[in-house]
Amino acid sequence: MQLVGRFVRAQLARHAFIRGKPVGDLFSLPFTLFVRRSFKFFLCFLGISVTLWFQYAATANAAPLETPQVRSTLTDRSVTWPTSEQWRRVLLLRDYNTRVVVLGTTLLGCAAGMVGSFTLLRKRALMGDALSHATLPGIALAFMVATALGLNGKSLPVLLLGATVTGLLGVGTILLIRNLTRLKEDTALGAVLSVYFGAGAALMGVVQQMKGGHAAGLEGFITGKTASMVARDAQLIGAAALISMGACLLLFKELKLLCFDEGFAGSRGLPVVRLDLALMGLVVIVTIVGLQAVGLVLMIALLVIPAAAARFWTEDMRGMAIISSLLGAAGGMLGSALSGLFSKLPSGAMIVLVCAAFFGVSMVFGTARGILVRLVRRTRLNRAIDRQHLLRALYEAAEVAGPYGGEPHPQAISVSVRDLLDRRSWSASRLDRTIRQAERAQLVVRLEDDVRLTSQGLTEAARLTRQHRLWELYLITHADIAPSKVDRDADAIEHVLEPGIVAELEALLIRSYPDIPASPHELRTTGAHGPH
Amino acid sequence: MQALWQLNGDDGWIIAAGVLCAVAAALLGNFMVLRRMSLLGDAISHAVLPGLAVAFLISHSRSSLPMFLGAVAVGVLTALLTEWIRGIGRVDEGASMGVVFTSLFALGLVLIVQAADRVHLDAGCVFYGAIETTPQDMVSLAGLEIPRTFITLGGVALINGLFVLSFFKELKLSSFDPALATTSGFHAGLMHYLLMILVAVTAVASFEAVGSILVVAMLVVPPAAAYMLTDKLSRMVVLSMVLAAAAAVLGHVAAMVVPRWFGYRSTTTASMMAVMAGVILFLAVAFSPRHGVLVRLVRRRLLAWSILADDVVALLYRMGERGGIGSTTAAGLRETLLADRFSLAVVLWWLRGKQLVEQAGNVYRLGVEGTVRAQSLVRSHRLWEQYLVEEAGVSAERIHDKAERFEHFTDPGLRQELSAATHAPQVDPHGSPIPQEQGGRP
Repeated sequence: MQLVGRFVRAQLARHAFIRGKPVGDLFSLPFTLFVRRSFKFFLCFLGISVTLWFQYAATANAAPLETPQVRSTLTDRSVTWPTSEQWRRVLLLRDYNTRVVVLGTTLLGCAAGMVGSFTLLRKRALMGDALSHATLPGIALAFMVATALGLNGKSLPVLLLGATVTGLLGVGTILLIRNLTRLKEDTALGAVLSVYFGAGAALMGVVQQMKGGHAAGLEGFITGKTASMVARDAQLIGAAALISMGACLLLFKELKLLCFDEGFAGSRGLPVVRLDLALMGLVVIVTIVGLQAVGLVLMIALLVIPAAAARFWTEDMRGMAIISSLLGAAGGMLGSALSGLFSKLPSGAMIVLVCAAFFGVSMVFGTARGILVRLVRRTRLNRAIDRQHLLRALYEAAEVAGPYGGEPHPQAISVSVRDLLDRRSWSASRLDRTIRQAERAQLVVRLEDDVRLTSQGLTEAARLTRQHRLWELYLITHADIAPSKVDRDADAIEHVLEPGIVAELEALLIRSYPDIPASPHELRTTGAHGPH
Repeated sequence: MQALWQLNGDDGWIIAAGVLCAVAAALLGNFMVLRRMSLLGDAISHAVLPGLAVAFLISHSRSSLPMFLGAVAVGVLTALLTEWIRGIGRVDEGASMGVVFTSLFALGLVLIVQAADRVHLDAGCVFYGAIETTPQDMVSLAGLEIPRTFITLGGVALINGLFVLSFFKELKLSSFDPALATTSGFHAGLMHYLLMILVAVTAVASFEAVGSILVVAMLVVPPAAAYMLTDKLSRMVVLSMVLAAAAAVLGHVAAMVVPRWFGYRSTTTASMMAVMAGVILFLAVAFSPRHGVLVRLVRRRLLAWSILADDVVALLYRMGERGGIGSTTAAGLRETLLADRFSLAVVLWWLRGKQLVEQAGNVYRLGVEGTVRAQSLVRSHRLWEQYLVEEAGVSAERIHDKAERFEHFTDPGLRQELSAATHAPQVDPHGSPIPQEQGGRP
């Protein structure tokens, strides 16, 4: 048992050392370690499960077990709680329809989550927005051209081809505007988005007039038609998802560098522009297969929300890619399952709402950057600073009142709480809380209204005071700051001085101060008591 | 073109509604573009869906006011939430916007499905709008029959105009330097939220009439085009309004004319207005006198050619200095100056036209004018070399490239100063003679 404990502690320490984090902050450690170890396993698992699932869907395709659920009429406004039979059927994926939809949306969420985590870090979260709008004219044009050539205009590959062409054109336009003109990226996105969508809408207006057009199928690209997904759609999504995720993994290192430091990536000889295009190409692939599944606006959500949520859980790029794709997959799965359970909830919207719920939870509880964790961290830091202030205040008060000709014997000297209160601008309750905490850490002893350092507290207080004064001396001698002004500056930095820097300060100040140097400025001399 | 003559009063009202919407949006859009918030219009116009749905579910009516208030409230909420998530969650602005507006849109879809049997809230209608139906809903005002849409949009445009006029200074300062705005005593955040509220109001008011796509386009595209054309904010605001109005007018005409070329009737007006705005932006991006892409390209090309012309003249002069012949073929020039065939042909054609260079057979040599030009160039070059060695302490091996670059931009006045600074030398650091200043000047 002891051995295990030691191993864990060693791991923790090593980890903390590597990541440069305080050891106390280890909420996310087990997970991060898990992520690091299991990245490859995760990928294998993913590949295998997807393949198996495909098999499953394919068998269902051959022999659908049950007819799809009959939907209730639109005039019914009540939300009926599903029966246990419905629960069972949806949860066990008994229905062919449910199975296909759940499979398709899960894969889509997975792929969008992974690609999205790169675009998010590249600060291109809304590229998917512009891109998905830019596909509309392509869809309309493809329909018109195919019809004019006597082909079936509504066949999916033709429409997707059109969508891809104008989607890429839109991305190209954005990059051109951004690189060649003084317009900023957001303006380029907004302009391309609205103009391309306008063009699409104009073409749709024409398509509506075409013979046999009516374009009923085309409208589905804007709002999505998740419920009517068939096995072929799911397979298309699966193929696109595997391709895009595979590409992400192959280019993982390069994309990571691109996201974090474009300039450095360029200086290392990486083809930054081509990588950028590759990333955009992946976004195009995912967006276009997703368009008809969840619709235009909701596709944007799948690209943005899981990635943004994953950002709260980890500082590690790999971890983020995994969490993001898991969240996307879970969102797709839960959303479509919920939509299958409650007949009046549209699945595309439900997927987004589930993802949004994930985001909310992540934002609050995320272990790396969540609000709570940051709050705890900040409170802890503030308390540590308060405690250090208390110790130094005690030391200085005792030093001033020291009875032995300036020789400080702070341990023998008690300082009244009132005196401490005057020394800094802190409220009585804050001081009281700080004293209580220091007492619990056995740094000070409190006797009624007086506070006294323990021997442990004295050591710590001496160290802090020394750091404070070394910094003050440094400011006076090397930065030419007036002695009356150095106290405040040193006050801010004393908490973060590391031993190395202290040693450097000593070297700079030429004379080494084995003991605590005297304060370079006058200390406040309100009464502390002599030894009792 | 026949369609142009078929414009009648109805078209007039449609165009008027489009122009008002475009101008109202473009007015605010200037500041959105400058604040890098261009996409907020898009976000707001998507996110108002739940506002419409909730307002309907609460009031059980399709009357305009509750719907309007609900939509504006959610629009402002979008801006607030985006800001809040960005601040408190430390999420990138684009991402937080993406999270907020897609979630709200999804919520809206779910709510609308719940209300679907009672209300005709068609997503398509929200996107494309129904600007064509403007003349069908007339109200009488002061004895005139005016479309309701016209009054709504006119009001919005008026409010936006008054806002921009009265807070112009504040908007300007807070757009360019929020910190300075705050230190000079007015609240940059307040400006931000006032702007957001007006954007939401504009987007919602324009919805039913002209569709969100037109608002989103007009919020971004005309201001972007104006930004390409001018550097002054007041001019940019006026220009963006003019361009927006032009896009609206052209859009309506194009919606009627363009589809006829291909044998169709006409298409939706609002979307053609957006496309026309895009065309205007394209033209501005390409041909803007100062910042246009093509203009910059042409300017750079011309500069390259003028430098090549200088090089040709100077090369011929130096050859004459050395060997006495001072002539060479086009191929020789190309080889020495590393110029491509086309550029050299253009440059030689220009030089011959200016009689700087004479052609004899396939050999080129300097004309009289050319010699004068070459002498001043070579003089500039060698004076610079002298100056670099003497005054700037650059070693003699490294001066040629610098002098080669400076010689093209050195006028007689500067040459005089260089000469004075280097004590009127006769030879340069390499030992070549420095030609005397020509053209009657000492």
